[in-house]
Amino acid sequence: MKTIKILGMGCPKCKQTEKVVNMALEAMGMEARVVKVEDIEQIMSYHVMATPAVVVDENVKLTGHVPTVKEVTDALS
Amino acid sequence: MFQWLQDLADWLIYSVFNLAPGSPLGESLNFFIYDTIKILILLFLIIFLMGMVNAYFPVERLRNFLSRHRLYGLEYFLASVFGAVTPFCSCSSVPLFIGFVQGGIPLGVTFSFLITSPLVNEVAIALFIGMFGWKVTIIYVASGILLGTFGGWLLGRLQIEHLLTSWVRQILENAQAQSGTFQREQTSLFSKLPGIGREAMNIVRSVIGYVVIGIGIGAVMHGYVPENFFGQYLSGGQWWTVPLAVVLAVPIYANAAGIIPVIQVLVSKGVPLGTAIAFIMSTIGLSLPEATLLKKVMSMKLIMIFFGVVALFIILSGILFNTLM
Repeated sequence: MKTIKILGMGCPKCKQTEKVVNMALEAMGMEARVVKVEDIEQIMSYHVMATPAVVVDENVKLTGHVPTVKEVTDALS
Repeated sequence: MFQWLQDLADWLIYSVFNLAPGSPLGESLNFFIYDTIKILILLFLIIFLMGMVNAYFPVERLRNFLSRHRLYGLEYFLASVFGAVTPFCSCSSVPLFIGFVQGGIPLGVTFSFLITSPLVNEVAIALFIGMFGWKVTIIYVASGILLGTFGGWLLGRLQIEHLLTSWVRQILENAQAQSGTFQREQTSLFSKLPGIGREAMNIVRSVIGYVVIGIGIGAVMHGYVPENFFGQYLSGGQWWTVPLAVVLAVPIYANAAGIIPVIQVLVSKGVPLGTAIAFIMSTIGLSLPEATLLKKVMSMKLIMIFFGVVALFIILSGILFNTLM
């Protein structure tokens, strides 16, 4: 099972991103562990400069904007 | 450029609603309809434009550029310009700050970026063009960029490294110039346009409430506050109005979208422009929520120094405007 981390310090955009990720998982019929990372030190350990960011199995896939469902499905497959 | 819109508003208010031109209610409603539609169009255009710039120059690329080039002081100016063109989200300012420090960019240059980034943002620019016109917009953007340049330079001189929180100091010690690890995405700018447009729509939607409220308050004042109401007290461009405006503005946490329409009406009723610009800068550039976020990376003392320096420069530029204009 994949682990998806959503990096962001709790702004509205990060919550939107979480919603999109869940929608994408539902659309793909896929199960994954979705974790929100709000601690700045942990966020920075991924060398991300623009939040929100989506990390799939420790690989940074999307940064800097609220992704679309399609972007997330692409990142997951 | 927007004459058609004025005609539309005139027709709607004076013909369809049959209100008399010149009556306070008619004037207020006309102002409200014309300005709201104009601002929404401008907001979308400017945000879309900035989105394109940003798709082409992602912030990682800017960081790598600054980290590899020492430009005899010009780097403060460049960081400030970059701060102006990158879209600002207050929740991104801390990751950006750390990202810069990680890349070995001097603290002062990082501060230049951090000062200008909220001050000159796409929403503020759209509102300025719509409410004040091109000339004032250019003055605002230019002074925002200069303020960031000199503010960052001064902060860099102050030996403030020990005032960062300890984990940031650790990053500072391990900082290294970023080699060109940034992978440019393969997708063309053209194929990103729908995404940029959608993002712009999202931002417009998220500020629309502030725009309507701000213009609504402005419209009421426009129709009901007597002409030159403030001018009779402040026409001498009294210098103390500028620091007063800055101090009043810090606790006010308002979106640029909400505050600029209100201030524009104050200016049309006689508040000096320098005072007004100082107030706007202070509202959007120095906010308590941002200070709370920055506490993760800076000690309280450093935040106060940072805000103090920025406030000082805002006051100076406000006084300068009032004297020159």
